[in-house]
Amino acid sequence: MEIKKGIAVSPGLAISTAIVLDAENLVIPHRLIPVANVNPEIERFHHALNDSIQDLSHQRDELLAHQRKEVAAILDFHIGVLQDKSLIDQIDEEIRSHLSTAEYAVGVVMKKFAAVFSTMSDRYLAERVKDIHDIERQLLQRLLGQHRLDLSHLTSDVVIIAHDLLPSQAASLDRRHVKGFATDAGGRTSHTAIVARSMGIPAVVGLTDITSDVSAGDMVIVDGNHGIVIINPDPQILEENRGAEIRRLKLESERATLHELPAQTLDGHLISLMANIEFPNEVDDALKRGAEGVGLYRTEFLYLASDHEPSEEEHYGAYADALLRLKNRPLVIRTLDLGADKYTQAKFHNPERNPFLGDRSIRMCLHDIPMFKRQLRAIMRSSVLGDVRVMFPMITTLMELRQAKMLLNDVMEELEDEGVSYNRDIPIGMMIEVPSAALMAEKFAKEVNFFSIGTNDLIQYTLAVDRTNEKVAGLFCPGHPAVLGLVRDVIRKGSRSIGVSMCGEMAGEPLYTLLLLGLGLTTFSMNSPDIPEVKKLIRSTTMEHARQVARRVMSFDSERQVMHYLRDETQKIDPEAL
Amino acid sequence: MSTASRDIIVSNSLGLHARPAMQFVDLANQFRSKVTVSKGGGEPYDADGKSVMQMIILAATQGTPLRICAEGDDADAAVEKLARLFQDKFGEE
Repeated sequence: MEIKKGIAVSPGLAISTAIVLDAENLVIPHRLIPVANVNPEIERFHHALNDSIQDLSHQRDELLAHQRKEVAAILDFHIGVLQDKSLIDQIDEEIRSHLSTAEYAVGVVMKKFAAVFSTMSDRYLAERVKDIHDIERQLLQRLLGQHRLDLSHLTSDVVIIAHDLLPSQAASLDRRHVKGFATDAGGRTSHTAIVARSMGIPAVVGLTDITSDVSAGDMVIVDGNHGIVIINPDPQILEENRGAEIRRLKLESERATLHELPAQTLDGHLISLMANIEFPNEVDDALKRGAEGVGLYRTEFLYLASDHEPSEEEHYGAYADALLRLKNRPLVIRTLDLGADKYTQAKFHNPERNPFLGDRSIRMCLHDIPMFKRQLRAIMRSSVLGDVRVMFPMITTLMELRQAKMLLNDVMEELEDEGVSYNRDIPIGMMIEVPSAALMAEKFAKEVNFFSIGTNDLIQYTLAVDRTNEKVAGLFCPGHPAVLGLVRDVIRKGSRSIGVSMCGEMAGEPLYTLLLLGLGLTTFSMNSPDIPEVKKLIRSTTMEHARQVARRVMSFDSERQVMHYLRDETQKIDPEAL
Repeated sequence: MSTASRDIIVSNSLGLHARPAMQFVDLANQFRSKVTVSKGGGEPYDADGKSVMQMIILAATQGTPLRICAEGDDADAAVEKLARLFQDKFGEE
């Protein structure tokens, strides 16, 4: 048994067998072999090598028979690589001197070549790195005796162990069988964390080297409540955890009965609870958990889930799907918020030195107007199908907002000319997630119909913390008095004339429910699994009490005081809340 | 045991890319001699002429001067035939 401590990012307990992924979705055993097995292991490698060569030769002959010489030439090259003596010698040597498994040795040596290839200045030659990856994958598939692991068609329950989850992997996960995540990298708001919370499955991140501690098939407990991963637990520990899981499920089913009751304080103040979603089909689950609509529809997955930029029709199809499921309940569509993520950076010719301060989000959209307009057209066309609202992310200056609104107007005029119907009075909102926007809330409030506070970025930009850097992730804290001061002012200044909601992670954390209520927030948007708990807290307190709590919190000077006080106050109301 | 060498310049437009590298290695493997292809200049590199990976790493683009060396009882024939591949631009164009 081994216990690892990481960062808890999505609550719950998962007990299941592990699969370990590398970036290519292949499962790499990370074990040393006994000295006596060196020769059989080398033989196993050569066997895989010969099988691959035979396979490829067969494919090449087929291609030649069909006059497809170009593709056949590529396979010839792959065969040549697999017959390359200097390569084979290096892999043999890796097995012999480091007692590596054949799979591991192939990975190590091929990665070395890939690194050399990718630094070559000739672009054509540098692209051969793709061939190297391809050849590596084929060998590994042979060695592992299995085809590429398809995460969308799992046959039994698993816990996924990975360095970090790629957006494309996350998008294609089989939700029925993935019971938990544990990753080397990441912080509270990393991509894995967000995906896990939106799927409502337990996750622990920031475990540093979990991928080398766990082997495929190990029994693993992912404790998303305490940020702990237990590898091959002792029978007694396993029993205890199974008991805890049963209690948790019971509690959850009790909370679920809340879904028909209004989010109303004991003294009669009604609060709106909305859901954050990434896929249209999440609407069903959100409504089941008591959401009154969608307060944040992230549209990035349209871009991440496929290899091409989505067409206007693809946008429209997704929005129409969500609206159909919502039946006239509100849908706040946030325009594209990509840019600083690894995915887009990898596509840039010159990766930015400081991507979070770079060409991201609304800035990127305003630099690619045809792309931006495609999305705006789809949003406007869908606006007659339900209660659609549009929201611009990462607004930093008034000029940006005005430019975005002007483009929206252009789109409306185009649709007018084409005789396409749309809602001329569509509510227009903006995210407040940059300190400059928070400080200028009064001015911005004159130009939009609603604000939505995005806490992840607001915290990152206020506290100068990269939330995905494990070394400083601990400094990332919604309870920092500077952050709270900005949140309070935005709510106060915005609420005088327009609607203010919060769609950041903070809105779904029970620890901050009393405080936000007391600061005057009336619309909370969160991942749907968080809705029952937040609703329970709202229904268990009075506005009067929440205001007292907020006043007290605003008098503190450190996040530590804030968190301790809020923990105490929240537990007084609901001991099981945190 | 004899040795032979010849200096050539890569003249085909894509340089020593995957297909020509394969052609070269296939031909080199038909000889018993050890074959080495060397690049001088800023990034000198000696590639085993029978290893396609090393031939790619040579990064011999159009205009690159190379030296083909062979060592063994069929060294002369090897250098002669291998140099001709470059003269014929690997059948390109």
